[in-house]
Amino acid sequence: MKNSKVYFGMFTALALIFSYVESLIPFHIGIPGVKLGLANLVIVISMYKMEKRQVYLLSITRVVLAGFMFGNLFSIIYSLVGSLLSLLVMYMLKRNGKFSILGISMAGGVFHNIGQLIVAIMVLQSLNLIYYVSVLLISGVITGIIIGIISGEVIKRIQKICL
Amino acid sequence: MKKNDCKLMAIIIGVAVLLLLWKSLKEDGKENVIQVKVNGVLRGEYDLSEDRELDINGTNHLVIKNGKADVTDAKCPDKICVKQKPISKNGESIVCLPNKIIITVVEGKEDELDAVVK
Repeated sequence: MKNSKVYFGMFTALALIFSYVESLIPFHIGIPGVKLGLANLVIVISMYKMEKRQVYLLSITRVVLAGFMFGNLFSIIYSLVGSLLSLLVMYMLKRNGKFSILGISMAGGVFHNIGQLIVAIMVLQSLNLIYYVSVLLISGVITGIIIGIISGEVIKRIQKICL
Repeated sequence: MKKNDCKLMAIIIGVAVLLLLWKSLKEDGKENVIQVKVNGVLRGEYDLSEDRELDINGTNHLVIKNGKADVTDAKCPDKICVKQKPISKNGESIVCLPNKIIITVVEGKEDELDAVVK
């Protein structure tokens, strides 16, 4: 427990680096809003390694810092709502205990997208955006599974780290 | 992958497909545009989603209401265009031969993005 502050700093840095790497990867498949969510990898892993309070703080810190560095105020609002909603749902599924890390990460990806879409609907004042949900649902499932597989493998290998 | 994960995935994808189906069903006749041609010349295009009334050439009265277009009055003897039912689906048309007016429903242009958020 002594080291938890150190690990918190390291995880934040890691999440920031992932946000940066993600902005470098040309993963644009023509659909706005669809991206890999690499930083979510850090969040999912830390969910299994840190206290709940710290993970929420990590998520908020990550979003605000990454937003100021690579995005703008709007992207901060979008990401903040998306990541908090996804974290909330992921913790609900985790507490439920019936889902593996794959399912949790999948739900996280999906609800991240849903949270952002809710903000988009409120900002643009257009309910028509709701038609976009199906695209975002499917892309959230796919990226969530990818992130889930990776974080499952990582967690297997870093079992020594205990916070 | 646990059994519940598969169920969750199936539910999410199911919802997505349902929404997609609902969308494609609902879009039928939704973003269509009314095209008015007089004597073969395009006189104007009007959104079906906006309610409005207009006179074409001062002879025919076109009313667009609730996503449907209808000719309510005409200064011609037989009034065939008035008797026609309101049109809203792509390809439907109302024709007034004496006044050489053709009113057709055509598919609207692709929706352009009005905002992109990264």
